[in-house]
Amino acid sequence: MRVWRADLHVHTCLSPCADLAMAPRTIIARAAARGLDAIGVADHNSAANAPAVQRAARGSGLTVFAGMEVTSREEVHILALFGALEAAFAMQEFVQRRLPGRNRPEIFGLQVLVNEEHDVLGFEPRLLAGATGWSLSEVVERVHRLGGLAFAAHADREAFGLLGHLGLLPRGLALDGLELSPNTSEAEFRRRWPECAELPLLRFSDAHSPEQIGRAATGFRLPELNLEELRKALRGAEGRGILTEAASLWKN
Amino acid sequence: MTLRALAETLGLEVLSAWDLDREVTGAYVADLLSDVLAHAAPGSLWITLQTHANVAAVAALKELSVLLANGRRPDPDMLERAREHKVTVLATGLPAFEIAGRLYAAGLRGGN
Ligand SMILES: [Zn+2]
Ligand SMILES: [Zn+2]
Repeated sequence: MRVWRADLHVHTCLSPCADLAMAPRTIIARAAARGLDAIGVADHNSAANAPAVQRAARGSGLTVFAGMEVTSREEVHILALFGALEAAFAMQEFVQRRLPGRNRPEIFGLQVLVNEEHDVLGFEPRLLAGATGWSLSEVVERVHRLGGLAFAAHADREAFGLLGHLGLLPRGLALDGLELSPNTSEAEFRRRWPECAELPLLRFSDAHSPEQIGRAATGFRLPELNLEELRKALRGAEGRGILTEAASLWKN
Repeated sequence: MTLRALAETLGLEVLSAWDLDREVTGAYVADLLSDVLAHAAPGSLWITLQTHANVAAVAALKELSVLLANGRRPDPDMLERAREHKVTVLATGLPAFEIAGRLYAAGLRGGN
């Protein structure tokens, strides 16, 4: 067992709101410099740049989980992460089946598709800043059916955060954890949202620019780093656990 | 009625001013961006509680002016985006229902 530092919420230049400098090799270099063991690639409603980041990570020792930040019909952001690229793309297909609108780059920003050499392959035409027609529970169910993990991104934030936006934890929503906003303390959060007591709290950077990568991370105590082990750690199973860096508290 | 006339009549605060002499053709109340994208008519005044940057982007896309209700203050990056895209942003301390009622009484109707 050891502690693996993971920042599982990182955007690339595919997200219209992200810095164009968020290209695969830049992300990997920055993550390695920050001493991270793993990152999650989570662009809005697309996993299209995840393969390039995975290829850029070869030989770096860094594990790259492919995923995306899905905007549900209620306009809540769900961070979905997968152990296999095929699962991430199956999720993308599901999400984009009901993702209306075309991007207007001059208004929302560029959506750049790149390879690991930083060649521009094209521009994503869909409105990734928009919301899918699937509900929260449909999104979370599909993530689980595809073997992934589903977290409420920046859960306490009013803009697109599950609790901040809806004001409550929907009953029966089978989330794997809640990501806190950077400035919220765990104690403060637990006091404000007692109904979330069963859910693990996580911290990731939600990086939109290179210098933000690793500004928040979560430690996972595991024998080896893969998605199934992350799932066990979130449940505190078999001696595994998580450690949010700000609070330094083990969950067992 | 122009935005300027409405602002004066109803005491709306002007946070970002671009086209105050434009005729307002209607109003729309919603807090879901997807709903606004799908249903708000161009030229309308959009009454909302949302205060983040994508509000300005959606308003620019749909050619709307924004009215923040219930004492809401815009996030700094929302105002930045509003200025970048020349979106007028107004604010009122009144709740959405109240301000919608007063706009209706002033002669404004739903989108065309
Ligand atoms: Zn988000
Ligand atoms: Zn994000």
